[in-house]
Amino acid sequence: MKTPKGLYYAETHEWVKVEDGFGYVGISDYAQHSLGEVVYVELPEENDHVTKDTEFGAVESVKAASDLMAPVSGVVVAINDDLEDSPELINEDPYENWMIKVELEDPSEIERLMNAEEYSAFCEE
Amino acid sequence: MKRTCLYQAHIALQAKMVEFAGFEMPLYYKSIAAEHDLIRENVGMFDVSHMGEFIIEGKDATPFVEALFTNRVEALNPGQIAYGFLCQEDGGVVDDLLVYKHHQNRYLLVVNAANIEQDFAWIKAHLKGEVTLTNVSDDFGEIALQGPQAATILKRAFAYDPQALAYFSFEETTLLDQPVLLSRTGYTGEDGFELYASIETTKMLWQILLDSGVQPVGLGARDTLRFEAALPLYGHEISRTITPLEAGLSFAVDLTKPFIGQEALLAQKEGSLKRRIVGLKLLGKGIMREGYPIYAGQTCVGVVTTGYKLPTQDDALAFALIDAPHHKLGTQLEVEIRQKRFPVEVRNKKFRAKKTKEKTEEKYENT
Repeated sequence: MKTPKGLYYAETHEWVKVEDGFGYVGISDYAQHSLGEVVYVELPEENDHVTKDTEFGAVESVKAASDLMAPVSGVVVAINDDLEDSPELINEDPYENWMIKVELEDPSEIERLMNAEEYSAFCEE
Repeated sequence: MKRTCLYQAHIALQAKMVEFAGFEMPLYYKSIAAEHDLIRENVGMFDVSHMGEFIIEGKDATPFVEALFTNRVEALNPGQIAYGFLCQEDGGVVDDLLVYKHHQNRYLLVVNAANIEQDFAWIKAHLKGEVTLTNVSDDFGEIALQGPQAATILKRAFAYDPQALAYFSFEETTLLDQPVLLSRTGYTGEDGFELYASIETTKMLWQILLDSGVQPVGLGARDTLRFEAALPLYGHEISRTITPLEAGLSFAVDLTKPFIGQEALLAQKEGSLKRRIVGLKLLGKGIMREGYPIYAGQTCVGVVTTGYKLPTQDDALAFALIDAPHHKLGTQLEVEIRQKRFPVEVRNKKFRAKKTKEKTEEKYENT
């Protein structure tokens, strides 16, 4: 299971990559592997506001729908359009294929997420 | 949690295991979509050893089964199989099952794993005449070999030619010098066979089939395949509160003979059905899932019972239980997905044509 360093991870298996005050959000390798083949990703729209620990969309495998939980709060400034027609990109590379880009409104939220080492240990529990 | 006799084989194959009906079962080995395609285009095998098997035998076996089972068994020839239901007095379904007729005094009933105990209790509570009921579920393993190449595999792996075996019939034969009950049945909408044998023989059959190049397929694809072929799943399209008539399964209900639930089902038929299981197609993006409500304007008129977006189908599809008159083909309704409404259309629930072998002429047909 890949868990790249430098990203921040939530207990609900989303990751955040911080760049210039923005956070790119996706789901972890562990999450895509547990889900199986992703066949649909439902995302918010640009300019929607997402709130930490609340649902911002859903990812659906052949078998079931799972909520996506926002690991950070802020306005969505971009969504990854590629996922609309190619949801399988989440399986192919869950770290290259982010879902939403958020303008971080509270940088301290990041500190409450896990680093790669902590998240790896969390997944093994 | 219970395990089937093939549990170690699934672990060795690194299957993704899940709980199903109290059993630890393989959901998939590599991918649900690939395993689905494998059954449609070639051949694959399922461990279905979790299914329950009961033997009913004795001088009064035929009238006894006839009085509980919705389909007619009296007219079956030895070696023929009928699909049907055990119903409550009110027509609700206790279980759907296959009844294998050995002869007038002996039947094999194959029931859903989740219902083994309640079915056994139900049948036992209604025992009448000179019959004995035995639960042999733990003595048998079961493998479902399914797909257009299934017959070829039987010939290649076991030198068994199933050409004379008609759809919905069975034979007690020997494979690998061991007794095997082999039927031309399945739950995929494809040609295929189900092999019932002792625990030890089941393990041997599985290994020989693996060695012959047959890939295993998990419960994930078992569900997408049956869904695409418009086959019901107990607890979804039929249940204690959804009758076979509401589910559109009247072909397996012979209303001309007495059985538990006959009167309620006759009344339901004559009073016109108040709700029906229908097919739905989503007009737009998203996926309909079990439990999602269906609306006509502001009125909730039904609920999704099974839903998928299958790689083999362009649209997201579902079965749903819909109140009349909204069940009619072409009706435009709305589904609620995560607090948002999306348009759907009622369509034929046969999402794909079945490719099973035709039944032989002497097979019973409902009139």
